[in-house]
Parts: sequence; structure tokens; C-alpha cells
Amino acid sequence: MRPRTVWQALARPDYLLSSWPWRAVGHLLTGVVLGVVVLAGLVGLVAAGGLLAVVLVGLPLLGLTAFAGLPVAAVERWRLGWLGEGPGPAGTDAARLTAHADPPAPGLRSWLGIRLREAATWRELGHALLTGFLLWPVEALVVTVALVCPGALVATPLLLATAGEGRELKVLKAVTVTGQAQACALAALGLVALAAGLYGVGVAAGARAGLTRLLVLPRAGEAEARVRELARSRVRLVEAFEAERRRIERDLHDGAQQRLVALSMALGLARLDAPPDGPLAAQLARAHAQADAALAELRELIHGIHPQVLADYGLAAAVADAADRSPVPVATEVDLPERLPAAVEAAAYFVVREALANVARHSGARRARVRGAHRHGRLVLEVEDDGRGGADPATGSGLTGLGDRVSVLDGRLAVTSPPGGPTLLRVEIPCATQPTADDPCA
Amino acid sequence: MRDAAHGRRPLRVVLAEDGVLLRDGLTALLERFGHRVVAAVGDAPALLDAVRAHDPDVVVTDVRMPPGFTDEGLHAAVRLRGERPGLPVLVLSQYVQRAYAAELLDSGDGTGVGYLLKDRVGQVAEFVDALDEVAAGGTVVDPEVVRQLLRRRRDPLERLTPREREVLALVAEGRSNGAVARALVVSEAAVGKHIGSILTKLDLPPAQDVHRRVLAVLAYLRE
Repeated sequence: MRPRTVWQALARPDYLLSSWPWRAVGHLLTGVVLGVVVLAGLVGLVAAGGLLAVVLVGLPLLGLTAFAGLPVAAVERWRLGWLGEGPGPAGTDAARLTAHADPPAPGLRSWLGIRLREAATWRELGHALLTGFLLWPVEALVVTVALVCPGALVATPLLLATAGEGRELKVLKAVTVTGQAQACALAALGLVALAAGLYGVGVAAGARAGLTRLLVLPRAGEAEARVRELARSRVRLVEAFEAERRRIERDLHDGAQQRLVALSMALGLARLDAPPDGPLAAQLARAHAQADAALAELRELIHGIHPQVLADYGLAAAVADAADRSPVPVATEVDLPERLPAAVEAAAYFVVREALANVARHSGARRARVRGAHRHGRLVLEVEDDGRGGADPATGSGLTGLGDRVSVLDGRLAVTSPPGGPTLLRVEIPCATQPTADDPCA
Repeated sequence: MRDAAHGRRPLRVVLAEDGVLLRDGLTALLERFGHRVVAAVGDAPALLDAVRAHDPDVVVTDVRMPPGFTDEGLHAAVRLRGERPGLPVLVLSQYVQRAYAAELLDSGDGTGVGYLLKDRVGQVAEFVDALDEVAAGGTVVDPEVVRQLLRRRRDPLERLTPREREVLALVAEGRSNGAVARALVVSEAAVGKHIGSILTKLDLPPAQDVHRRVLAVLAYLRE
């Protein structure tokens, strides 16, 4: 198994031969660069803010320093990924997971409000101050001691031959070498020191990454809050999707469909006035048939987008309607005296419709049955057929997408389909019942 | 095409339809056939008011209307039939929904009601025939509803022969025995025999001959 973090790599015998020492060196060197940039940035920001404070323009600049930790933390999350210490696998959404929540509303005010209240903002500012004022000199020192000094020792024989002209050389301003034998001994010592230094660099980089993780990655509670927020946003997405379908359905109903009916009616009236058995009557009849065919197609299309019966009468009637449309005879026993939340009704309805379409297309079944009820706070629906079985929900059927839709509602979709049948599809969605909407005319 | 002037009783119609284009079109269509549209309204509350004000011979209404754009027209129709038993109502729907048809036919005694797909207004002569049938106390159900129901083959419909189902489908569309005989190219006596057999198989008692036809249709519309 390949090591995933620098700590795992350090524990392995082939550490020195792997890429990990150099990743650690890269981490420390980029840390130095980052530290210098942060130092310059912070000092510049505070200086500019302080100077301009007399004309008030500087005060917002000073306030801005409170958020200095945010961009630094973003860079750090990326750097952590190199050491395998990031919040998630590189290139995924998880790799960008932050400790910050999304603002509840668009706009600067809402963003400022939520960021100022978050502990993560202040942790990240502390991290930026550490990076800019304390850590980078330490990192520079570690790299110098661990790599540059052993490097100089290793290079002693070469330096003696060139710069020292073969006679004398002062190594690291401390040891004076006067012959190649001494130089080679120092070089050997340098190699051992270099190996030790690379281990040191690994430990230093790991420690630095650990400190960074502590300060810029979400903590346990924050991660859970993020997951909850993501789950909520997924539900909102599905609801928005459903609302959009209804809007499209309504637009088609109020627009194209009305016009086509009016057109068909106008053609019907024109046919009354055309001389019978003439060429005009035949042409009008053809045009009329075309208009009616277009109407029938549009009607089916609109029904497929969002059936009106689902909105008006609820799931039981919509399932009965889907059963009416199935070419395979379907018995329905759906016992739902009360309405369910719209999102639940829609998800359950589309699952049943897809299941019945699969029964008609693939199963070779002679009969199917849909049963449903609301029990113990859950909607349970089952679609069963007497077909040949062997259906695999993972291969291409539209059920995979519907499974996702059900899972958004914390529900489950299960299919059992042994070869030879029968196929049983079961969907369970937790939900509360709702009192039936009042009749607007009553 | 039947001539507009022949054999039609001019009807006073209240029309409810929220689409202006269709409302004007339907008004023109009905007047072309000699009927009079006494009120053409665009939402359910206005429909209730118009019927109370004009006391029409027949009401034609869309299912889906403002303010909610769900099934206000249907509920208004059911309510009107509760207020005025026997008021003929023809409901136009964008879609075939058994639930709509069942609710409508359950209102009153199931006579003088019609449930048609809106598309059918393009077949102008048939549409006006259906309106006359409803105004005369008949029951008219869209062929599409009947087709869907026959596909289900539930009990007690399973006891019917294919020919009897054909006959029942045509009866449900509001046709007389003579019209059924012409459509199936058989004698009227044969149709009468089929209908008798259907009524027996559906356990409908031999009293009140007119209403039994309606009850046979209702047998489809209920579980």
C-alpha cells in the first residue's frame, strides 16, 4: 500500500528513496515564500491603513486585516493536499471543504456578518500571523540546517579542488580542511547528515502540516454543520427542480396548448363552410388531422412533465392514472387518505411510473401490482410484477436517478429481481401526512 | 356535417374558460350552431355568480381556472349541481383523469353531465352533439376515458365479452342504441340484447331502464 501522508511515509524503510522527502522540502520552502508574502502583505496593509486612518479611508483597510486569514487558509488547504493532509482527495469538492458556512443571503453585509461570528475566521487570522511572523524563519532554519549544511559537507572534495586550489579550505566557516583525505571523510559525514536531515525535514513538514490542519480545516462540529447544510441545499435543489417542471407545464398549458385547441376549432369551423367533396375540404381535413395529432402529442408531453392529477388529487389518484396508461394490466391498492408533501408525492409518483415503464418494456410480465400505504411515519410503495426477473437497477435504467431523488428525501429504493422473477421494487420515504387542501370554491 | 339549423333546440349557455382565445372561439362556435352564450366568464367564482344570475340551460366549463389553476372549474360544476339538481354541465379537461370524471358523475344522479377532452372542441359537430346530449339529460364520457378503463380489465368487467365491452364503450360515450347499432354495423335488436346481457353481468337490477345505462357507465368509473 502506498503511504498517504508524510507520517506514514516516514515509518517506511524506503522513505529516502521515495518522493516524500522532496515533497516535505517543497512544503517547507513554499512555506517560507508564503510567510514572507504574508508578512509583507500584513505589514503593508497595517501601514497603509494606519497612514490613511487620518482621512478615514484607512479604517476599512485596517478592518480588512481581520479577514487576512481567509486567503492564506485557502492557499494552505491547497498546500496540505501535496502532503496528503488535505480535507479530501485532490480535485474533488471535498478538497475545498472549509470550516466556513455559506452566507444565508447574497450580499456583502450577510457575508461579513457570518464571517465575523465564525470562530474559523479568527483561527485563520491567528494562523496567518503565525505564518508571517514566526513560522517562516523556523522553516528556513530547518531547511538550512538539514540540507544546506550537509550539502556543503558533501561538496567539500570538489570545493577543495577548485576554490581551495587543492591546499586548504574552510568548511562552513568552522572546520579547516587541508587534504583530500580529510575532505572525503567530511563528505561521508555530510551524506549521513543529509539522510538524517531529510528525516528531520519530513518531521518538520509533518508537524507544520499538523499545526495548519488544526487551524484551517473544519473541526468535527463544523464538518457536521457543513454536511447538514449540504443536505439541505440538495433538498432545495430538488424542490427548485420540481417547481421548474411545474412552471414549464403551466406555460405549455396556458400557451401552446390553448393556441392549438383554438386552431383546431377554427379548422373545424372552416370545414363546415367548405364545399363538401371539393379539394379545399380534403386539404382542411388533412390540416385538421395534423393539428389534432400535434395536440395529442403535446398533451402527452405535458402529462409527462408533471401530471395535473398529482397536484389535484394526490399520489393515489396519480398512481391509478399511471396504471390506467400501462399496457400491462396493473392492479392498484394505494391507501392514502391524506395528502403527503409535494416533493414526496412527486418522487414516489415518478418511481412508480418508471417502474411500470420497465415492467412494460423488459419484464414480459402479464400482470403487475402497485401497493402503497403510509405507516409509522413512512410512505411505503411496492411495485411487483410476474415477469422473468433478472432486472439490474445498476445498468442503465432510469431508476438510478430516481434512487438519488428518493435518497434526497432520506428515503430508500430497493429492487429484488431474481432470475425467473418475480421483480419487486420497494420505495420507502419518511414523511408526515398533511391535511387535504381546502377547496378554493367552498 | 350536420346542418346547424336542423333539429336543434337553441340553448342558453354559461361558458367558463380562462383563455381569452378559447373563450371567444367557443362563443363563436356555439353561436354558429344557434345557441346563445348568455355569459362567458374567466374564473370559478364568476361562473357561480353567472349561473345564479342567468339560470342557463347548460353550463360549459374548463377544469383548470384561476385563481389556483388546479381543478376550480370542476369543483364549481359539482357545487352547482348540488345547488341546482339536474343542471346540465359539460366539463372540458386538458387531460383525461378518471378522478375528475368520477367526481363529476357522482354529483347528482349522474345524468345531464359530460366530461370531454378539450381537444374534442375541434370536432365541432360532435362537440355540439355532445352538448345537446348533456342538455337533454344524457351522460357523455370522453372516449379516451373509456379506452383507459377498458384497458384495466378489472372485475366485474372481466365477465364481459369483447363485443359487450365495445357496446358499453359506445354507450358510455353517450350514444343511443340506434347509434351503437350503426357504429358496429349490427341490428338495433342485437344491441339491445348485448345491453341486457351487460346490465345482468354488472348486477344492475331491471328497474328504471334509463338510469341503468348510466349506472353501467359508473361501474367503470368506480373501483
